[in-house]
Amino acid sequence: MSLPVAVSLLVNGEPIDALVLPRLNLADFLRENMKLTGTHVGCEHGVCGACTVRIDGEIVRSCLMLAVQAQGASVETIEGLSDSGEIADLQAAFRERNALQCGYCTPGMLMTAQDLLKHLPAPDRQAIREHLSGNYCRCTGYQAIVDAVEATAKTRAERPA
Amino acid sequence: MTVTRAPAETLSVLDRPNSYIGKTVPRPNLDRLLQGRGQYVSDLELPRMAHVVFLRSPYAHARIVAIDADAARRMPGVMSIVTGRELEPVITPWVGVLSHLKGLKSAPQHAIAIDRVCWQGEAVAAIVATSRAAAEDAMEQIAVDYEELETVTDMRTALDPATPVIHTSLGDNLAFERTLDAGDVDQALSDSEVVEADFVFGRHTGVTLEPRAVVADWNAAEARLTIYQGTQAPHMVQNIAALHLGLSEAQVRVVCKDVGGSFGIKVHIYADEMATYALSKLLRRPIKFVADRVESFNTDIHARDHRCRGRIGVRPDGTITAFEIDDLTGIGPYSMYPRTSAIEANQVVNLVGGPYVTPNYRARTRVVFQNKNVMCQYRAVGHPIACSVTEGLVDLAAARIGMDPVEIRRRNLIPDDAYPCASPSGMKFEQLSHHASLAKLLQMMDYDALRAEQAALRARNIHRGIGIASFIEVTNPSAAFYGVGGAKISSQDGVAVRLDAQGSVICQTSITEQGQGSESLTAQIVGSVLGVSMERVRVILGDTDNTPYGGGTWASRGAGIGGEAALQAAKALRQNILDVAAAILQSTPGGLDIVNNSIVNAGDGASRIELSELARIVYFRPDTLPPGIQPELMATRHFVPRQYPFAFTNGVQASWLEVDTETGFVTLLKHWVVEDCGTIINPQLVDEQIRGGVVQGLGAALFEKCIYDERGQLTNANMADYLVPMSGEMPDIEIGHVVSPTQESELGAKGAGEAGTAGAAAAVANAVNDALRPFGATITEIPLTPQVILTALGRI
Repeated sequence: MSLPVAVSLLVNGEPIDALVLPRLNLADFLRENMKLTGTHVGCEHGVCGACTVRIDGEIVRSCLMLAVQAQGASVETIEGLSDSGEIADLQAAFRERNALQCGYCTPGMLMTAQDLLKHLPAPDRQAIREHLSGNYCRCTGYQAIVDAVEATAKTRAERPA
Repeated sequence: MTVTRAPAETLSVLDRPNSYIGKTVPRPNLDRLLQGRGQYVSDLELPRMAHVVFLRSPYAHARIVAIDADAARRMPGVMSIVTGRELEPVITPWVGVLSHLKGLKSAPQHAIAIDRVCWQGEAVAAIVATSRAAAEDAMEQIAVDYEELETVTDMRTALDPATPVIHTSLGDNLAFERTLDAGDVDQALSDSEVVEADFVFGRHTGVTLEPRAVVADWNAAEARLTIYQGTQAPHMVQNIAALHLGLSEAQVRVVCKDVGGSFGIKVHIYADEMATYALSKLLRRPIKFVADRVESFNTDIHARDHRCRGRIGVRPDGTITAFEIDDLTGIGPYSMYPRTSAIEANQVVNLVGGPYVTPNYRARTRVVFQNKNVMCQYRAVGHPIACSVTEGLVDLAAARIGMDPVEIRRRNLIPDDAYPCASPSGMKFEQLSHHASLAKLLQMMDYDALRAEQAALRARNIHRGIGIASFIEVTNPSAAFYGVGGAKISSQDGVAVRLDAQGSVICQTSITEQGQGSESLTAQIVGSVLGVSMERVRVILGDTDNTPYGGGTWASRGAGIGGEAALQAAKALRQNILDVAAAILQSTPGGLDIVNNSIVNAGDGASRIELSELARIVYFRPDTLPPGIQPELMATRHFVPRQYPFAFTNGVQASWLEVDTETGFVTLLKHWVVEDCGTIINPQLVDEQIRGGVVQGLGAALFEKCIYDERGQLTNANMADYLVPMSGEMPDIEIGHVVSPTQESELGAKGAGEAGTAGAAAAVANAVNDALRPFGATITEIPLTPQVILTALGRI
């Protein structure tokens, strides 16, 4: 087994220097080393989307990436997006619409929904459904999530720039 | 919303001003989950905590000849490697039977296999190390010498004399058999058209997004075990852990915070969880087990693997004269503990034909052992099978006599004014609303317009179908489910409510939360009854040290049973508060009320004293109270249904879909549900329970199947190969309600958690057959994969 290697990165804007085993994946690094447990592990092979985080502005499955590959990158998790207020309106829409039950898929779902709304400000329901199709939810049946994302898109469109 | 019963003469506590009952209010504490600050067991870390992984059998049936763990023990970070034989002195084996399921048998099951493994995935050794990764490294160094044994995989041949018996001490592979013969089926069928079909159901599983997780912490100095576990039934876990570890229940505390999905998967006791409790006791430190996804597929209970031959008799006027079924299911090598694996088959017998008037019903079900993962209760236990068989047969009967599927249901569903009544299988129905529900459904979906659209599109070679499925649903189970069979699974629940020193309310309940909204419904009821705003009500659940004793949340019992306990506790506290207020205000309790966190005059509503001020006096200046007054600002009440074993609900679903007859793909266009769960506490939460349930049923209808090969190997034990519904392929689901409150409780609430799953697959299957009718193809198998559909069409 290889020895730990040094890695430097930004996590939610905070500079982090860490020694990690080369095999450590980013999801485990965030959860176990950084104690950022809002990034959830559902399938560990890139299918369910629960571990979705943002790296240099793009959403990534943190279970499919090694921590050492994040060298020099800016990693944002659900905790970062919550504290900055960036997705406060989306979170409020999820709350109002009860777009979560157990909440396990929710951080990844919010990450992916925010990604859609950044790239496509006025998505129709099918576009929302397609974009969220890589994020599994076993509780809601998805309709409430689609409703919440749609409502957020409309509110943002009406908001003065 | 349609209300089938006139409200009671007197104004109930539910109709008080500012009541939250019947209102959509957001669930408390959602922000925690929305901000990634939930507390799931998989997030938990304790000082000195070690991680366990289990080496699992690659064979479906094999003798364990030898286990060589010497090399593994020398690996970095390894603390201990424990075999089944070594764990045996710490934890006793169990047998998953219940006395009211007569004849049910099973063999002793161990926390870790000893001598023999009976399914692919059964644990043969535990590796405890400083991290999961270190434990997995060591696991690879363990050499197990297996002698492969002949496997029993096909349920159809499990009872053949030539098939090996899995547990020789049991004599055969038959775990359970039940027969029922009501009315005169032979006579009824002899003068009817008889339609017959074989219904086949894919084995599938719950796929909770958070796998099963447990942290067991044996504190040797306190002689106490704390179990942190994602479970639906903490007191059941407490009882079982204590029983098999040789502890008293007082020595076991079960704590359950956030749970990443349950659906019945997390209401059982699994061998690896038992092993984790035992390892903590053996090694005297906290041990964490979190299943990975492969383990989840191989060890989380499976369900629904049934083959059911069904017959229906029908007369030319549409009268259904009889139902008959012969059901067969394979449950793996053991009956699951402690709820057993005979319940689903038993439910199938109970529920087939349930919505209809015919008194003639004959049934047989047989439950057999096989070398596959265990099967047990998953959401809507037995309902999807019973509903698919019943509604499939009704549609086949309608097609045989050339009658519209709606019309045959109108002529045969139990009339809404026929209650109370009983089914041929002995199920007691208090008040159902099949006809009102069907009428509402047809209106919501605009049935006639859809039929016209279907006909128009057929001319253009577009094949769309409409499928209808009426169903009944078991909710609010009394002791009839488990308690009468000897299981220590409580059917009653308790709620304690207290007014704290600032006039806020703390509420401890024995029901649990996995996202259904247990906290919300409890706070809504308590706030409404007390006259306290919801944000002042804090709900505590999921802790055997800090809640009343109770069953938890499963079988759609939380709202109906836990909700009634909350109502009664709040009523008692309200009376206690008014007694104190009357003493303080020199008034009478009857002359006062509590509204908006204040004591007011019942007559003119004038505010007299805020609850916070009352609480200040009670807690800090009791010396100023009149002599002889001892306030009790805490009240506890329990509830269990006694009159009806189950509060049956009913509903009806419809599916509108398109079948691509070239590719075999099904596109779901729209889905409708009308459901009658009695009093609705929070309409949004009810609708979301139903939508989520429907989508799990749609998964079963189209995608989900655990595919085993003939040697008992699960070939698709990962999320890429085992398909679950994704947002892109799910339809919007419209929901309506009919309201027939149960008179058994003041709250009147029945359950709603199974309804969606109960009828979704039946509606889809009927719709696919409706779409394929011009081709003369009939399919009675789910999942309806492209392969199944193209085969039925003769294309492949």
